[in-house]
Amino acid sequence: MSTTEDRTEAGQAGFLAIELDGAGWDGGDFASLTEAVLAAESAGFHAATFTDAPVAGRANALQRAAYAGPVTRTIALVPELDTVYTEPFHVSTQLASLDYVSGGRAGWIATAAEAPEAAAAVGRENVSGASLAQEAAAAIEVSRRLWDSWEDDAVIRDVATGRYIDVDKLHYADFETPADFAGAAYSVKGPSIIPRPLQGQLPVLAAASLVGQGEVAADAVDAVLVTAPTPELLAAEIRDVRSRLGASVAVIAELDVVLDSRGQAAAGRVAGAETGRARYVGTAAGLTDLLESLLTEADGVRLHPASLTVELDELSRLVLPELRRRGALRPPVQDGTFRDLLGLAHPASRYADSSTATAAGN
Amino acid sequence: MTQHNRAQTETFTPSGKLQFGIFFQGVNSGTIWKAAESGSQTDFESFRRIVQTAERGLFAAFFLGEGLRLREHLGRPHALDVVGRPDAQTMLAALASVTKNIGLVATQNTTYNDPADLAHRLSSLDLISGGRAAWNIVTTDNAWTGANFRRGGYLDHADRYKHAEAFVETAKRIWDSWETAKGPVRRVLHEGQHYTVDVTPRLPRSAQYRPVLFQAGDSPEGRDFAARQADVIFSAHPKFEAAVEFRKDLVARSLNAGRGANAVQIMPASEFILAPTAEEAAAKKEWVRSLQIGPQQAVAYLEQFWGRELSEYDPDGPLPEIDPVVEETSETRGSGFHGAKARQLADQWRAEAQDKGLSIRQFVTSKTARIDATFTGSYAAVADQLAEYAKVGAVDGFNISPWLIPTGLDDIVNHLVPELQERGVYPTEYVGRTLRENLGLATPVRSADEAAQAVRAL
Repeated sequence: MSTTEDRTEAGQAGFLAIELDGAGWDGGDFASLTEAVLAAESAGFHAATFTDAPVAGRANALQRAAYAGPVTRTIALVPELDTVYTEPFHVSTQLASLDYVSGGRAGWIATAAEAPEAAAAVGRENVSGASLAQEAAAAIEVSRRLWDSWEDDAVIRDVATGRYIDVDKLHYADFETPADFAGAAYSVKGPSIIPRPLQGQLPVLAAASLVGQGEVAADAVDAVLVTAPTPELLAAEIRDVRSRLGASVAVIAELDVVLDSRGQAAAGRVAGAETGRARYVGTAAGLTDLLESLLTEADGVRLHPASLTVELDELSRLVLPELRRRGALRPPVQDGTFRDLLGLAHPASRYADSSTATAAGN
Repeated sequence: MTQHNRAQTETFTPSGKLQFGIFFQGVNSGTIWKAAESGSQTDFESFRRIVQTAERGLFAAFFLGEGLRLREHLGRPHALDVVGRPDAQTMLAALASVTKNIGLVATQNTTYNDPADLAHRLSSLDLISGGRAAWNIVTTDNAWTGANFRRGGYLDHADRYKHAEAFVETAKRIWDSWETAKGPVRRVLHEGQHYTVDVTPRLPRSAQYRPVLFQAGDSPEGRDFAARQADVIFSAHPKFEAAVEFRKDLVARSLNAGRGANAVQIMPASEFILAPTAEEAAAKKEWVRSLQIGPQQAVAYLEQFWGRELSEYDPDGPLPEIDPVVEETSETRGSGFHGAKARQLADQWRAEAQDKGLSIRQFVTSKTARIDATFTGSYAAVADQLAEYAKVGAVDGFNISPWLIPTGLDDIVNHLVPELQERGVYPTEYVGRTLRENLGLATPVRSADEAAQAVRAL
């Protein structure tokens, strides 16, 4: 949705996101989620992400993000939400609500579930291949239209005329899946049941592999998550993605992190399955140099710590302060929005100047 | 199914106590927006303020409704009432982090949700809140709402409870699927007319086993459904005699369903208009009513039944002599009104208004459902009145719709609650950590039959 014009000059400095997986569900006590998100915020992370990949014990990502909303002030809260086996109307409303409970710090990592189990759970045919991107594109478009379906100033509370809302500032979304849609066709009428999100439009993120020609259109997303097999290959991959998608889409590099900690070598703590992401294993100083270098190519880097408690502690003591000292990080803005962080202006509703208000017969 | 294992009592025993819930409506004319003290309906601070006030007043539960489509008026969104509300579970997850004891109740529909997805999200909310989540089960049967959803369409009115019941039983099996917090986990299969589920649930049971179930339907089918499935019924009968009757009816239905006489609790929807004295309360009520049903709202109310614009009619004059446009009031307007009766209804109302000498505004004010649900008076008098309900067990509590956001509970918490506590009919502390404990509900017992079924299914 962003254009080169509405992305303000953010300079060289980039931002850091952290995946908070594990917080609030590994021990069954959600107070640990509050601790983790506050630790990430005070360490200076700009965004926290919440995976929704199906793992036993993991609570709903959007709700974890919502829980973190009222206890934080600065950090953006960005959950994954599936686009294939969910109701786009509910997804749109849930994300808009997250924006309200976080004071405009919400974003969305739009995912497309591939597992047959996800289809079986809701009794749908399994969606695969190119159809996944079609489902994702449709669901993103539904959300974007619904977020615009109330103009910013639709609630007028005009006592003289007795009108709580100005009906001319509400609009039907009238979404219909395209003719070549492979899945079951559907339509969404609108308007949304919640006023326009505080940010107008939430920033939408997706895996770079889901975005581009024949996939989700580049202008449907605000940022992409870029993966490479090794840290050395990330810079080249970032440049490839930029040339493929253009300058309007922010690029966020994905990096797994295992750090030396309290006299224990990182190499000894490498465990778990391959994630397909580049992995850094080593000292805090080495990671600092890598991130400084990556942030000259990418707009941001998302870190996936091997252990939230161990790595977050090292990151906050050693890595982020040094990156700030080197001028590699944007200063976090208290009460700023996620759009502000990405350098995106508050967008006007697509319906704002149209005469297609919800008049009878429209 | 698990309820069958509960100790069964054939005779209803009043608990002697009342519980309060608060229903943040977010839509319709009950919430006044024209007063100077009317706050935002969407800012998080409004929700935080009112839920924390409720918690200070030891309220058992905080309810949110579910929006599926904006109410329309003559083909456009209704402009005159409060409208625009958050997703219930998202807001409740956020409120979980700023509260400790109050139950968090999400109204969720069985028609436009999938059982596996909804059960998972309710489990999440239950875990995130430490066992304070509840589901207020509702059904929908109109295509007009379906226009916002993949599944579109609608169910036959007669089928909706059959569908809802299969949905709820599937959800219960999902919540029953983890043997311990470490597993093992039973796969849940359901193949029905309306949906198919094949899922290995991802979340363990919560501190209260599973979300508490509320149900709000009032038809005979709805009551039987509640008697079989629900923990609490959110009833429409707050008047004393009607409440006593409703209790008798529900006890009979519960026993019939093989559950104990005390198995299902009752919390009617209600509204409180309170002041230090009866005179002040009466004056306050006048003021509240004048802001709930303003001149434009009164005319609009008639317009939804007349199916045409009536803006030329004086809200302080008699009902319109013009007849309704019958075909325009067909069912898809979100008003729940079926058009064929429009002309007959108009004749009836005109006669009634003329008999009683009521203007449009007075007539519409007298017609709104909340009239029966309103307790008006001094703090002490209303406390005396409520104590009678507690004594005979007419209800287990009241689900209060505040007419003002976010300060609409202040009077109740600061003045009514202490009066009730003095009378020994209101809690003086939260007795437990979970909603189930605070409501005094029995913990479900994991069904052995269910296990056998699941093993066969695999």
